[in-house]
Amino acid sequence: MTDHAEAHLEVRDLVVQRGGVTVLEIGALDFPRGLVTAVIGPNGSGKSTLLGALQLVLHPSRGTLKLDGEPMDADPVKTRRRMSAAFQEPLLLSMSVRANVELPLRLRGVDRRRRQELGEHWLERFGIASLARRHARQLSGGEAQRVSLARAFASQPEVLLLDEPFSGVDAPTREGLIEDFAEIVSETRPTTILVTHDRDEALRLGDHAALLIGGGLRQTGRPSEVFERPSDRAVAEFVGMENVWAGQRSESGVYRAGGVRLASTAKSVALGAPALLCVRPERIVLSRDGDGSANQMRATVRTVRPRGPVVRSDLASGRLTLTADVPVTVWDELGLTVGDEVFARIAPADVHVIEDSV
Amino acid sequence: MDLIWDGIREAARLWWSGDGEIIEITLRTLAISSAATALALVVGIPMGAILALRRFWGRGLIVAAVNTGMGMPPVVIGLLVALILWRTGPLGDLNLIYTPTAMVVAQLLLSLPLVVGFSLASIQSVNPRLIGQMWAMGANRLQVLWLLVRETRLGLLAAVMAGFGAAISEVGASMQVGGNLAGETRVLTTATVLETGRGNFEVAIALSLVLVVLAFLVNLVLTAVQQRRPVT
Repeated sequence: MTDHAEAHLEVRDLVVQRGGVTVLEIGALDFPRGLVTAVIGPNGSGKSTLLGALQLVLHPSRGTLKLDGEPMDADPVKTRRRMSAAFQEPLLLSMSVRANVELPLRLRGVDRRRRQELGEHWLERFGIASLARRHARQLSGGEAQRVSLARAFASQPEVLLLDEPFSGVDAPTREGLIEDFAEIVSETRPTTILVTHDRDEALRLGDHAALLIGGGLRQTGRPSEVFERPSDRAVAEFVGMENVWAGQRSESGVYRAGGVRLASTAKSVALGAPALLCVRPERIVLSRDGDGSANQMRATVRTVRPRGPVVRSDLASGRLTLTADVPVTVWDELGLTVGDEVFARIAPADVHVIEDSV
Repeated sequence: MDLIWDGIREAARLWWSGDGEIIEITLRTLAISSAATALALVVGIPMGAILALRRFWGRGLIVAAVNTGMGMPPVVIGLLVALILWRTGPLGDLNLIYTPTAMVVAQLLLSLPLVVGFSLASIQSVNPRLIGQMWAMGANRLQVLWLLVRETRLGLLAAVMAGFGAAISEVGASMQVGGNLAGETRVLTTATVLETGRGNFEVAIALSLVLVVLAFLVNLVLTAVQQRRPVT
């Protein structure tokens, strides 16, 4: 990880195979105590496999997993009782809401009174106290997921393992749930491992991010760093860098790509060295008139695709194709259509440079 | 037709008068079949759970054997138990042949495949991710089994009903290993066969009705438990 927070969970030389095929291989990965680590990556990248290994339900072919410096598999039940998990599906048992929330405590032999106390606290905390007597099968998706999260917190875990817990609920419900979750996590500070494919979730909830692609760890750091400063082309593509141009450094802080000159404040590569220049689509600013500022170029609108609150447009400038996301209101103000000439501007700070090994 | 009416009238008279022998046979029947069913549950549910949750060499063979056992003719089981418990058989020294214990063993072997088969089917139908969640909540093996039994109680109560039904209605094996000895191993089914053979149809009808009512009452209780909506 990028800062020096104490590692609560450590993964070393982990290899998980399925049917003789390696599906996850991680040299070293630490999860800092009391912080939220967002594990991100495309489908099949090994995120859930990593979580399964940490839950001790998948058996790695190699490697060690340590919790507080002790091997996690020495006593799996004891280890699991220091953790809890919630998944995309609420996975509630066929009993009342209250009984579901209290169940992890019951399994740990907590006495009835304490169980009830903690159960009530977490039902209250997740805003579902009124559902306590309701049967778990009579809940809506959002309510069920709240119960699932309340259950995960009820045993006051040191480590919280979450596998896309918000992706199965509808947008408005999801918003409220994430808000409540963020507040509760910041108060209770369990070491949290949040598997997600959602950029906003990772940025909003994650103190750290670990990005997996193809079963390998590709980048770690603060979520904003991972999303803004990808370490290679695959990461850049996954984090939504729609513009990845092959170029080379021509002078200090200046690069040429597709016949276009681009300044960047990013860490430099050697003079003449090949580089990938990455720009997020929302960082390209369009205007009808040029003002001569850095990285401003003439471009022609090639395609227009409305995408909710933004309009995505491909533009041609020299031999470059620029993909820009422009807020609908700005787009309407500009009144652009296919074939129009426009000025595209990219702030030098928004041009991320990756040393191109090819 | 008169024969049937006479039988029903006689049955009512025997019940009404609280016939000592019928009560004794009924209680013995209930005791033997309940013991066999209880043992089948204790052994069968964990076996069903293991077959449902684990993959190991020979599992397919065991499942096929269980499925075969679910339709095994009672006389074959009776013969097998009789051969084992016969005085010159491998367990002959235990002197169990023609005892209620031998009948419990025979009925257990009849019920067991049903309990294992029903448990296997019920537990196999549980979402594997829910089982993963049980482990994630910190459950140990026994607790996972307890939660699975709770989750699959509808199917497992069907297993209880099937197991008890097979035990209480069975006659061939009970004859072979119990011998239908009056006051010792006579149960409702074997007594019915005996009285039918003697031409005492009214007594046979009375015994049959007791058997049917008994089976119905037990299943009524089990159904009530099965269909009850859980509140906790």
